Amino acid sequence: MRRRSLWADMDWLSVLLYGLLVLIGWVSVYAADYDGIRTSPFDLSTSHGRQIVWIAVALVLAILIVIIDNKFYTTFAYFIYGLVMIMLIMIFFIGTEVKGNKSWFVMGGFSIQPSEFAKFATALAVAKYLSTQGANMKYWTTRIIAAVLILFPMILIQRQGDDGSALVFLSFVFVLYREGLTSWVLIGGGYFGLISVLALVVEEKIYLVVAIAILAAAFIYFLRRHMRIAITTGVLALLSIGYVYTVSYAFDQLKPHQKERIDVVLGKLEDKKAAGYNLNQSMIAIGSGGFTGKGFLNGTQTKGNFVPEQTTDFIFCTVGEEHGFIGTAIVLGLFMALLARVVYISERQRSKFTRLYGYGVASILFFHVSINVGMTIGLVPVIGIPLPFLSYGGSSILSFTILLFILLKLDSDRLAVLR
Amino acid sequence: MDIFKNRRFVILAIFGSMFAIFGIKLFYIQLVDDKYEALANQNVIRNVTVYPNRGLVFDRNGVLIVENDATYEIFVIPRQVKELDTALFCQLLDLNPQYFKDQLAKAKAYSRYVPSSFLKNISVEQYASFQEHLYMFPGFYGDIRLVRKYPHNAAAHVLGYTGEIGEELLKLQPYYSPGDYIGTSGLEATYEPFLRGRKGSKLILVDKFNREQGSFQDGLYDTAAVSGSNITISLDMELQAYGELLMQNKKGCIVAIEPNTGEILAMISGPSYNPNLLTGRQRGNNYVALLADTLKPLFNRAISGGSYPPGSTFKSLMALMALQEGSLLPEDVYPCFGGYRLGAHTVGCHAHPPLRDLSAAIQYSCNSYFCYVFKNVIDQDKFKNSDEALAMWNSYLYSFGLGQKLGVDIPGEHKGLVPTPKYYNDIYDVGRWKSSTIISLAIGQGELGLTPLQMANMTAAIANRGYYYTPHFVKSIENDTTNFLDRYLKRNLTKVDQKHFDYVVEGLYQTVQQGTGRIAQIEGYEVCGKTGTVENPHGEDHSAFIAFAPKTNPQIVITVFVENSGFGATYAAPIASLMMEKYLNDTIATKRLPLEKRMIEKDLIHPKVIVSNETP
Repeated sequence: MRRRSLWADMDWLSVLLYGLLVLIGWVSVYAADYDGIRTSPFDLSTSHGRQIVWIAVALVLAILIVIIDNKFYTTFAYFIYGLVMIMLIMIFFIGTEVKGNKSWFVMGGFSIQPSEFAKFATALAVAKYLSTQGANMKYWTTRIIAAVLILFPMILIQRQGDDGSALVFLSFVFVLYREGLTSWVLIGGGYFGLISVLALVVEEKIYLVVAIAILAAAFIYFLRRHMRIAITTGVLALLSIGYVYTVSYAFDQLKPHQKERIDVVLGKLEDKKAAGYNLNQSMIAIGSGGFTGKGFLNGTQTKGNFVPEQTTDFIFCTVGEEHGFIGTAIVLGLFMALLARVVYISERQRSKFTRLYGYGVASILFFHVSINVGMTIGLVPVIGIPLPFLSYGGSSILSFTILLFILLKLDSDRLAVLR
Repeated sequence: MDIFKNRRFVILAIFGSMFAIFGIKLFYIQLVDDKYEALANQNVIRNVTVYPNRGLVFDRNGVLIVENDATYEIFVIPRQVKELDTALFCQLLDLNPQYFKDQLAKAKAYSRYVPSSFLKNISVEQYASFQEHLYMFPGFYGDIRLVRKYPHNAAAHVLGYTGEIGEELLKLQPYYSPGDYIGTSGLEATYEPFLRGRKGSKLILVDKFNREQGSFQDGLYDTAAVSGSNITISLDMELQAYGELLMQNKKGCIVAIEPNTGEILAMISGPSYNPNLLTGRQRGNNYVALLADTLKPLFNRAISGGSYPPGSTFKSLMALMALQEGSLLPEDVYPCFGGYRLGAHTVGCHAHPPLRDLSAAIQYSCNSYFCYVFKNVIDQDKFKNSDEALAMWNSYLYSFGLGQKLGVDIPGEHKGLVPTPKYYNDIYDVGRWKSSTIISLAIGQGELGLTPLQMANMTAAIANRGYYYTPHFVKSIENDTTNFLDRYLKRNLTKVDQKHFDYVVEGLYQTVQQGTGRIAQIEGYEVCGKTGTVENPHGEDHSAFIAFAPKTNPQIVITVFVENSGFGATYAAPIASLMMEKYLNDTIATKRLPLEKRMIEKDLIHPKVIVSNETP
């Protein structure tokens, strides 16, 4: 077969979407950082100045990923996973604590966060494992091993105090689902999620318990001829009632600030100056943007510390405030297009490994975007995770670039190989 | 065949529905609900610098001599400025509209987001009326600002003043922001790092009516200001004020030191000025006026600039040097025939009784005697040439702290002029000068120049019989972790042994007992002193006097210089004596009150109106 250029089968649409998001991200970081005095875009003492450096490094990395032979990623999937896991363990001994999270390695002037790299490493490892001969979601062995691959880094990261990054690993449920995990996991997850919210909203648990019992009794009455379903319903009802109390118990185990954040989203707590502050301020910033926004650099809320973490976790506020609904719709549109494209790319693979990895990419991106955006508009409790490609931060932009470009590399070779 | 392939639609549907929910929520909060826009308008943040209290200054008796006074400063955040009634604004603050325009343009050029100082030093009363109208001027706000206040109206040269930091310094010192005050002279400058404290900052929320809504996030991002350290200085403010009274309408200076510590008790430079002129809103105008004054009131004569020749007050040091070198014995007698003859010219002397010994020579301040002393010490056989001899002479002066900066803790100290061999080589050529060429040094004239502080310090070394502590003002600094004071605890030894001092001290004692300085006597104290009448090419002689009291275990050393006023005994000696009496006794003896009155009232600056035919 004639050797084609490395770039010939590149999915340029994805690259374009990626480029647009990174560009919007930098412009937003510049705007959020802008204080009216330091105005040089290249000033390395500012976030936007350093972000240029990180973007440049990310682009070099992207090119390297494309140049490296695609067999590298399949061959070394476990090795990369192992390496990152060792780093995650080592953090407990030689890591540095930043803002309450002991999840950083500081070397010289650089600090890196291995948990960011654990995402693509886990995606590689899960893809590698599930694409091996004999692995099938029908078997408990497969389910358990896949679960261990996912839960191991998740627990390590949670123990480091970075709850947001740990939660991201839950998104792998989409990968497993795509490979045959029973739908009941999604339905059950949705059901218990609903119960959780209700359990937290309803002050007097007994009302909820009675409601569940009445509903279950009605179901059992109507389905009394189908014993199995009736029994299942009864068991489920009992489980739900138990779960209601578990939720309130689990809630009490959370850290105070986490409890407050949840209460704020649920509307139980309306303290504008304390816990709800981030949320309130970010909603004010976005909400005051209107249709077209206040204009580039003319934001008033995303400057001067109203919205904390305004260049990192709350960067979406700057978009919303300065560019209004048009800006937020464009950013969400770009993300949706990228997600759809990634799913499309995954589905066109002959290689199971690439498909699995592609779903990993889509799941991680989706989870990040929904938690991050959901948090800024008050739909999700405040959980500190970055918005992919937009948020300021070296580890973040590098890890998402690696994540995406490994997929694009594997995809560009889809015609040449069958893995 | 992949039986789960259709699950991609489920996944995409989940993705899509989540984005749809976000879209709806965004549509709602951005387009439908205008609550957020209203909230944003209420939510204007203001980053306010909290200025710390500048450290207070106390005198040696614990009297507060520098404090802080409240004024208001108006700041502007250009981006928040909306259309406003400039005429009313200017009227409330007595501004001309051009100033308003210029300041606003300046603030805009600096930053549209960061507050800039708009107007300083607004009195509490004026600010009150402005504040009532503040809601009409969005983007403007006032904050309290402390300025220095000097309740005693004295010691301006010592205390110094604070001023707005200059552009140069601003680049070197990142701690400061434009418009910050910094100590620029005197103790305010030296102790700036201690006095200034540390600035804090706070974020304040204001609504669209420019009203403060409280602190942002309960002060989470605020930092507290740390007050500056208070310092106690060695000045005796009562003595200082008394000295300034005595020196009014005179050019000259007084330096008083406590010899066994080196602490400066008073430092007066006449004419002086009221330190409060250099605070407040009129500061700029007053400064320009003081700068333009031909009498140079801003100039600290006690330490700076054109140093004075010490005149006869220098003779004691000549004697000590010669005694130490062995070229003079206390009993030595030299002839005086109304002067010291030197070929063509003569160093003149005045009529005095015949001298018995060195002490008498000091007592009667015989010029001839000290010319011989000088000649004998310079022309010792051990020296190969004049260079070597003068180098020896220099080394004695240096050991008494002359010809170098002493290291007093206020800026602007001059090192005086002690002529070196090189100095004369440059004038006369190498080998073309000898003791007779430079004979005027013997009596403290010629090229020699000392600052009054150096003269006082030299006197302190004599009073201590052989050592001195670097003269200084600071007594203690609150919370000082740098051991700043250690440098003033070191005893500096002179090159003259203790045993030689008694002859000279006796001479100084006799000078006051029965010699040229009799007017300096204080009842109940053995006062030692030396007059000096300093020849001055620019006009009448300067009157000089050095003294200390009591003779044993001296409590105070003083140097007084009164420019263009004649003999040392005329003004310098009585002023020095009154100062010492005031310090030692707290009051002036009744019989000396007429003398005090005469000294206070004497005006040596403003020429009497003389009817003259000459046209100026």
